Amino acid sequence: MDMSVTPELAAFREEVRAWIEKAMPEDIAEKARNNAYFPHEDVMRWHRILFEKGWVAPHWPKEYGGTGWDIGRRAIFSEELVRAGAPALSPFGIGMVGPLLIEYGTEEQKQRFLPKILSGEEVWCQGYSEPNAGSDLASLKLRAVRDGDHYVLNGQKTWTTDAQYADWIFLLARTDDSGRKQEGITFLLADLRNTPGITVKPFLTTGGTDAFSETWFANARVPVSNRVGPEGGGWAMAKALLGHERTLIGGVAESAKWLRHVKFVAQRTAVGDRTLLDDEDFRRRIARLEMRLRALEMAQNRTLAAAQLGRAPGPESSILKLVGTEIYQEITELCMDAMGHDALGWFDSPPEALPPWEQWIASQFNYLRAATIYGGSNEIQRNIIAKHILRLPGA
Amino acid sequence: MNFDLTEEQQMVVDSVARFVANDSPVERFRKLRDTERGWEPEVWRAMGEMGWLAAGFPEEQGGFGGCFVDMALVLEQLGRGLVPEPYLPSVVLAGGLLSRLGSEEQRERWLAPMLEGATSLALAYAERQSRYDLHDCRTTAVREGADFVLHGEKVWVLNGHAADLVLVTARTAGGPRDRGGIGLFAVEAPSAGLRRLPVHGMDGHHTALLKLEGVRVPREAVLGDPEGGLPHLEWAIDRGAAAACAEGQGEIQELFERTIAYLKEREQFGVPIGTFQALQHRAADMFAEVELCRSCMILAALRADSDDEELRMREISAAKAQLTRGGWFVQENAIQLHGGIGVTDEQDEGLFFKRLRVLQALFGDEAWHVDRFQRLPSFDAEIR
Ligand SMILES: Cc1cc2nc3c(=O)[nH]c(=O)nc-3n(C[C@H](O)[C@H](O)[C@H](O)COP(=O)(O)OP(=O)(O)OC[C@H]3O[C@@H](n4cnc5c(N)ncnc54)[C@H](O)[C@@H]3O)c2cc1C
Repeated sequence: MDMSVTPELAAFREEVRAWIEKAMPEDIAEKARNNAYFPHEDVMRWHRILFEKGWVAPHWPKEYGGTGWDIGRRAIFSEELVRAGAPALSPFGIGMVGPLLIEYGTEEQKQRFLPKILSGEEVWCQGYSEPNAGSDLASLKLRAVRDGDHYVLNGQKTWTTDAQYADWIFLLARTDDSGRKQEGITFLLADLRNTPGITVKPFLTTGGTDAFSETWFANARVPVSNRVGPEGGGWAMAKALLGHERTLIGGVAESAKWLRHVKFVAQRTAVGDRTLLDDEDFRRRIARLEMRLRALEMAQNRTLAAAQLGRAPGPESSILKLVGTEIYQEITELCMDAMGHDALGWFDSPPEALPPWEQWIASQFNYLRAATIYGGSNEIQRNIIAKHILRLPGA
Repeated sequence: MNFDLTEEQQMVVDSVARFVANDSPVERFRKLRDTERGWEPEVWRAMGEMGWLAAGFPEEQGGFGGCFVDMALVLEQLGRGLVPEPYLPSVVLAGGLLSRLGSEEQRERWLAPMLEGATSLALAYAERQSRYDLHDCRTTAVREGADFVLHGEKVWVLNGHAADLVLVTARTAGGPRDRGGIGLFAVEAPSAGLRRLPVHGMDGHHTALLKLEGVRVPREAVLGDPEGGLPHLEWAIDRGAAAACAEGQGEIQELFERTIAYLKEREQFGVPIGTFQALQHRAADMFAEVELCRSCMILAALRADSDDEELRMREISAAKAQLTRGGWFVQENAIQLHGGIGVTDEQDEGLFFKRLRVLQALFGDEAWHVDRFQRLPSFDAEIR
């Protein structure tokens, strides 16, 4: 066990901090200061800046464009991004399908897809959920029928985050329904833009933004060469990927960013002749969350360190998702409480009446109710954890 | 003790419920939230004709001789349909103050037409720095001859964008946080020097930021003692808090019932999700909070008319804290148990969620009410 800060690590932190400060465009930095919403264009702009520096995918192996940093450096990098309030990158390419292809993809698939995931030239989305297959994902029905060297897809996905911007979708399709529902699921990659028969219909979230879409498939043809793993082998891969997703989706970095913002807001909020940050009750509320967040951060580091040694994430990844999203939501609630009336305005108000730091708080607070739902709801995480610790069947 | 409604009260409840079901389902609010006013004058007038606006006012003022409970009953039903007409700011807040403090002429001129639904009112009291402290008032009212001249800024004025008359608090004497020296001034809109910047709330209701840049108010438009307004403002805002609990109860009840229905209807793993014990327990806990909210809402409504200031403050603070904590449990789980559709704009649950969250932040948040509760002499009385 070792968490010492060597001079090299300290120098690394300095380097990262200085670079971010220089590299971040002023308008993005301004939004970061206001804890504002980053629309997709901003996220991708930041993605490309990181890509050009070679820092867009620190967790990838070096030969595919990763940085080769150890866990310590990766943690520092992520802390510095938080400190600067940088936009969170879209997770679907860099965080999900990229690592999946590195592990299970063919050589051609790796060469075809990985470079454009890294560069951000191709944006990805995740097509798992269907209207009747949410928590019970394995009951999914989108059909893929083999026809020569293509699969013909019919059915519907839903809640597909970013589909309205994405070029590619990775999806789970049913190729066989004769056996157990977990069998007969196949993992496919489909070109969203250029495949006839695919339609994407975005809809609004309670945050008033179009974060996700319905995605329809009507005789959409996908080449067999776009299958990852064997036919019928999609579930095992999806499960591995979900385990991976859950280590990231707890939002530790995002929570840390919001927590800083809460302190900033509290410092600026007058309560009588003091500020809210001087209010003992409020300080303690922040402190409690900060302490819990540190515990979570450490739990995440332990999981990541184990992963670096090649150990697959176990039920701890569910804890990260479960506790992480609950802390995240609590921090947004704290921010709402801190701002009082000032948090209640909606972003479509005339700017003269609503300063930029007030425009996006309510929207994000509302949207983030989703954090305990997406990536496998927190009820499902509890089921998974309970199955493991009680050694119930199906664990 | 008897918590049954009188026959007349039950009739009002039934008629408002019918109106919501037939004429103002959530669909109507959805359409109106994108319009400039956000509510409809014809509907407001109809509400006046039905007697709902005047329900809680004394007969000699053009009312029906009812009490706060009558207003609370109307508000709860309006909450079930997210009816956007400005009942809370116009009837409860500004109407209440005119009724309590206004001279006969002032009531004739401003209260009577509002009770008929011909006009609407607003109360402007919060400022950027004031948070929930009502005595923190920096807007000034300076005497010039027989008039007062107002300078300052008011935030989050409910119905401030549309009101025909705004009651504005302003300081006539003392320092920025003194309890004395605050007056209430009736400002007609439009008025020279009054600017109203519309602000859209996250709940789809419309409000305004008011800039007062030398608004001239004649003596006839001062409500009561120009230095002694604070206790009356506290009274009005307490009733606002009780009204938030009453309207909020409608939203809480809707969220609860819709969630229960969804637990029976939505299937995953081949069974209705309501068969999962984890969710059954959640539903049971939600039910407990719904009932606790209703219980202290009733107590708060009963005490809103009380002359015993401390009793009023105690019960209203308790109810508002319960709305904010217990109500929150209901609303967050209503979204959670709907899964993905719970966070879509097309589903009504999100609209109820947002409205509740706004009501929770108005008229003192949980921390403010808990703090006030523990400062009341009654908290330390009779320890042994
Ligand atoms: C903002 C957002 C973005 C999303 N992005 C994507 C995406 O990009 N790609 C994608 O494929 N999916 C995405 N999803 C879908 C997400 O994974 C599902 O919403 C989630 O799995 C829940 O499924 P459901 O919505 O059908 O809810 P349901 O499964 O119907 O669940 C309803 C409620 O029942 C509970 N429940 C269900 N089963 C049980 C049980 N056995 N025990 C106890 N409780 C149970 C749930 O926890 C929930 O509270 C997204 C969702 C959201 C909200």
